[in-house]
Amino acid sequence: MTLGRAFKFGDDISTDLIAPGRLAHLRSNLPELAKHVLEDADPSFAQRVRPGDFIVASRNFGLGSSREHAPLIIKMSGVGAVIAKSFARIFFRNAINIGLPLLVADTDEIDDGDELEVNFKDGLIEDITKGRTITTSPIPDFMLGILNEGGLLPYLRKFGDFKLEEHK
Amino acid sequence: MTGKTLAEKILTEKSGRDARAGDIIVAKVDLAFVQDTTGPLTVREFKNAGFEKLANPARTYLFLDHAAPSPNRQLSNDQVLLRQFAQETSAQISDVGNGVCHQIVAERIARPGDVIVGADSHTVSAGALGAFATGMGSTDVAVAMALGKTWFKVPETIKVILRGEMPRGVFAKDFILYLIGLIGAEGATYKALEFGGEVVKSMSISERLTIANMAIEAGAKIGIFPSDEKTRDYLIEQGRESDFREISPDSDAAYEKVLMINASGLVPMVAKPHRVDNVARIDEAKGIKVDEVFLGTCTNGRIEDLGVAARILKGKRCHPHTRLIIAPASRQVLGQAIRLGYVETFLEAGALILPPGCGACLGLHQGVLGDGEICLSTANRNFKGRMGNPEAFIYLASPATAALSAIKGEISDPREVL
Ligand code: SF4
Repeated sequence: MTLGRAFKFGDDISTDLIAPGRLAHLRSNLPELAKHVLEDADPSFAQRVRPGDFIVASRNFGLGSSREHAPLIIKMSGVGAVIAKSFARIFFRNAINIGLPLLVADTDEIDDGDELEVNFKDGLIEDITKGRTITTSPIPDFMLGILNEGGLLPYLRKFGDFKLEEHK
Repeated sequence: MTGKTLAEKILTEKSGRDARAGDIIVAKVDLAFVQDTTGPLTVREFKNAGFEKLANPARTYLFLDHAAPSPNRQLSNDQVLLRQFAQETSAQISDVGNGVCHQIVAERIARPGDVIVGADSHTVSAGALGAFATGMGSTDVAVAMALGKTWFKVPETIKVILRGEMPRGVFAKDFILYLIGLIGAEGATYKALEFGGEVVKSMSISERLTIANMAIEAGAKIGIFPSDEKTRDYLIEQGRESDFREISPDSDAAYEKVLMINASGLVPMVAKPHRVDNVARIDEAKGIKVDEVFLGTCTNGRIEDLGVAARILKGKRCHPHTRLIIAPASRQVLGQAIRLGYVETFLEAGALILPPGCGACLGLHQGVLGDGEICLSTANRNFKGRMGNPEAFIYLASPATAALSAIKGEISDPREVL
């Protein structure tokens, strides 16, 4: 269970908006890069976000480059989960690999600043401000297996290999 | 059982089981690579995981191409890290000046039927040669480098059949922009785009690379072409005929959807700021003033691209208010452009030639735009901030459109001169 505020974004939040190429020189200095997370979409986001808050977006979140630094600095900024109507493929896989939870849900009725409580186990989002419960689409089992271990490296440390049968 | 798509065929072979759309499988990886902005994280993850050896050093590549040469100390240090890693592990390094990773992969490494993973989203480019090639993050690639395999969900396939004949002044870039506009930036998310049809058969590998390269801009996992005589000719040209094999989808393969596109109806297209699927016909963008024209990248920085631009620029000069920046995609391309006289044409036209590499494409150096400036680029992305400045505007188009626009100082229709 995680409690936090919603930071609302629109469609097509690209990895260029999350971790711009012009800051490529900071990619080996993630704490510094994290100070600029989502800067080109919302310049004040990095200062305002607090641990446990949620990014709530619309369609195709994370489109564009394969830079894993994008989900990494979102996670480092303390964001508890990204909730969106849909995600770009590479971003989705990267986020799971580094242990950043993602939820696919209809986000239209969630407004900026809403208080949310997310129950990851049941896949439910409680919009406390609105008094509504929103259901989420389940993450594929195999990927959930990776997320539950905290990411791909902890997963491999535990299982030593990809275990397709155990997460069917 | 029905037949197989190209994706299903390759993944069946590389996983050793009957791979069908929707299955999750583990496949052997034939090539794993990183570039200089994603590679340092891969190296750190590789070491974090306690890996020491590469599964296949001869087919593990580190490309120094995004910052080539490096503009600052931090990126230089990242490149030092990659060179050291190559020494420790016997990975192959392609150093600054060789060119953009996807171009080198096409010229020297990719083979039809390969599974290729790269820590760069435009890894899809190698689908032009009939490879199952897809972009992944640094951690996934670190694991693929160590284990020599990775997991995939076998994608559903959208088949795109291009019929008719490409009109004069209309290029592969216009077709792929049209397609992305048609299906949208999410139109192929998690899916394979498989290309076919009579127009595709006559397309050069260079044109196929332009199309496969931009499959990711529709969200696709791969953009793939069957291999054929054109593929063989290309591999012969690159001195590696023995890498050729024929691979094509079964005629009774099951597709999620088949899109028929009549090439004869296509016109030059542009993608307007700040989304690739925000496409328009050239008449809707004509006359927009441009401050910078950028010709290059893994999308359109090949010799054919420079050739069509040179044809248009020959004996002409760039508009006084427009700078033309050209980055050949590889050392090979630059060499050919010198031999064929294109470089001279460009210099006489007032253009500036960058070293082979990504150049201005991702905004870390070499052509960063000013506030409010407008650029017409032959690249694949026009996202806000892409060329280093969120206050600038990027249009995407073909090399022909780019060249004529540089002369006129405004977005122009290349059919006027071709
Ligand atoms: S040329 Fe541009 S799109 Fe291609 S690999 Fe380089 S930065 Fe990426």
